[in-house]
Amino acid sequence: MPFITRRNALQLGTAVPLLGAGGAFAQSKVQIANVAAPNLPIENGATLRMLRPVKFVQPDEDIWRANCARFTQRTGVQVRVDFVGWEDINQQTAVTANTGAGPDIIVGFQDQPHIYVDKLVEVSDVAEYLGRRYGGWMFQGEKLGKKAGTNNWIGIPVGGTAGPCVWRKSAVNSVGYQAPPQDLPGFLELCKKLKAAGKPSGFALGNAVGDGNGFANWLLWSHGAAMTDPEGKVSINSPQTVEALSYLKELYQTFIGGTLAWGDISNNRAYSSNELFLTSNGVSLYFSLKNDPATRPIADDTEHTIMPPGKAPGWPSAPLTMNSMVFRHSRFPNAAKALMQFLMEQEQYEPWLDANLGYWAHPLRAYKDAAVWTSDPKIAIFRDSMDNRFWNGYAGPITEASGQANAEYVTVQMCAAVASGQSSPADAAREAERRARRIFRR
Amino acid sequence: MPVTAAPDWIRQKRDPGWLARLLDWKPLLVFACLLPAVGLLMTFLTYPLGLGIYLAFTDTTIGRRGVWVGLENFQYLLEDPLWWNAVFYSVFYTAVATVLKFGLGLWLALLLNNHLPFKSILRAIILLPWIVPTVLSAIAFWWIYDPQFSIISYLFVDVLGWRTTNIDFIGSAWPARFSLIAANVWRGIPFVAISLLAGLQTISPSLYEAALLDGSTAWQRFRFITFPMLLPILAIVMTFSIIFTFTDFQLVYAITRGGPVNSTQILATLAFQRGIPGGQLGEGAAIAVSMIPFLVAATLFSYFALARRKWQQGEGND
Repeated sequence: MPFITRRNALQLGTAVPLLGAGGAFAQSKVQIANVAAPNLPIENGATLRMLRPVKFVQPDEDIWRANCARFTQRTGVQVRVDFVGWEDINQQTAVTANTGAGPDIIVGFQDQPHIYVDKLVEVSDVAEYLGRRYGGWMFQGEKLGKKAGTNNWIGIPVGGTAGPCVWRKSAVNSVGYQAPPQDLPGFLELCKKLKAAGKPSGFALGNAVGDGNGFANWLLWSHGAAMTDPEGKVSINSPQTVEALSYLKELYQTFIGGTLAWGDISNNRAYSSNELFLTSNGVSLYFSLKNDPATRPIADDTEHTIMPPGKAPGWPSAPLTMNSMVFRHSRFPNAAKALMQFLMEQEQYEPWLDANLGYWAHPLRAYKDAAVWTSDPKIAIFRDSMDNRFWNGYAGPITEASGQANAEYVTVQMCAAVASGQSSPADAAREAERRARRIFRR
Repeated sequence: MPVTAAPDWIRQKRDPGWLARLLDWKPLLVFACLLPAVGLLMTFLTYPLGLGIYLAFTDTTIGRRGVWVGLENFQYLLEDPLWWNAVFYSVFYTAVATVLKFGLGLWLALLLNNHLPFKSILRAIILLPWIVPTVLSAIAFWWIYDPQFSIISYLFVDVLGWRTTNIDFIGSAWPARFSLIAANVWRGIPFVAISLLAGLQTISPSLYEAALLDGSTAWQRFRFITFPMLLPILAIVMTFSIIFTFTDFQLVYAITRGGPVNSTQILATLAFQRGIPGGQLGEGAAIAVSMIPFLVAATLFSYFALARRKWQQGEGND
């Protein structure tokens, strides 16, 4: 019986057009070490179900599916991939983990494998093989892949994307700068000048999961403040936080109006309509400008740099990362691990990475030489973003609570309370501490 | 009929089987006939409500079974300024929106009750805001209130030149609160107006004729005929309206997400925020359960303050 399934599977596999194959003809520059792959005998009659967040761009989904189809072709293992909305995947992961039923593999967001550690199959063999073969894992790869404080891999990070400072070259030049200064007082000075020139900056201070948290995190981390200390104790009510909020009080005066009501999409819209000249956003803003002929001139005038690091070592932005995990309830763990490994191999991964145009950045060092990173100089900044030394819930361990604090906008609302003049920095920090203590109580 | 034939005839009649007797037993019949309705109610109303109340006493998170924590969730809510803030705005939102909806709705109903040209078309148009799915009207208002792209700001700044800056609809606490109320009123008026119009049309014209003969003024006719005759339907409509407004979710969530800084958080959005994105199902359920006393109070108010006729409470008419 398994034999027949396999034959059918083979026929099906060849019938699927291999979109990814096109990329393989181009000469790859990615350096690959010759390392023996782990021995993963695939179970008889294995079939796999996988859940993934929805695509940024169409080729993301097409090539992902084609890669899975190629896996079916090679091994006879049927793979069904479901793409799930970003708002829903965490909840679906939670239910899958706790009912012990559902997909074999979930490509979730960064913190998810850490929350469901005891429901997952260890994937150290695959991760270590990939690391040796592709020049080692970058910082985020190790941090998000390994169980806290151990060398045991629980997730295979697939790709991530960070939020740089997005600015109009003409506007920044017109007030006398080549690029935004990398120190905090200088950055404030630039924003003041932009405001005076009628070309204001602005960052989301509303309940915006991505942009709001990204900005609040930058503000805190660049001042040496953090939600928790390395042990996971709430440390938000600190002199550094108060200092950060005092800085925000001044910075907010330079913002375009209405940022307290901004959602995730607001800064994209304002920037695209020549009302906003400096903000922080993922790469999606640049591409939406570039692909629309009406806004192409704005894209040509747009530059990406890292947000001022201040006291932070490097770029204080936590990349949004797809992190895949294999569940213990899977009846075919070897097949699942083999699929994860297969998708990260150069033959599959590089065409996928290139097709994503820079939306996703690689966590394996060797892919720095992928063609995508030289395709457009303006996205080169994302190439090393998986080496950022910050994560959601920094500086503590990644837990359910750090995700909840994010989802409940604890730091965003702390910032917004100060910006709106509703609270003093000290009061806002205290209120954030009160909420954080509740969230981190377990 | 010969008496002697009777035993033969009786002998032929067999005792009904236990099943037949059971099915003839009235209590069982009542039970059996009620079963489908009760089953549906239990499955779709009682069970979710009961589960919600049970969850409020646990620390369940999404996907993880919680343990019984008693009143801990409620104790935390009582000392949580965000909850108090949501209680305040829920009550404020409901009260102000209801007063405006009934004032304007009644006025609109009185206007529509007159003989107007194109009466049916007008009535159909009035219903439009209520027919449009809430999420769509919420998104429309979201654009209208947008800090950068508001059509109203555009009119005032770019077309009329009366202002130099965009209007700050949802960027600070009080304007945001009133902007949401305005959106809710716009959406809620048709329901009130059409329901009250139905009520107005049941009032017998002879009452007005009699009053006219007695030389009444328009205000007296409204005060002593229209209003008292409308009270029963007013009570029902108000009950529904208060419940809809108090439990409103879509408008607030789509336009402000409870922001800026939680100033427009109502209990429904706060419950969702904590329960689903935040993952704390227990706490979210506790917030949802905390709405029940308010809803019961509002319902009782409508019934006892506005519907004082005996027949409305199941007795004979006075």
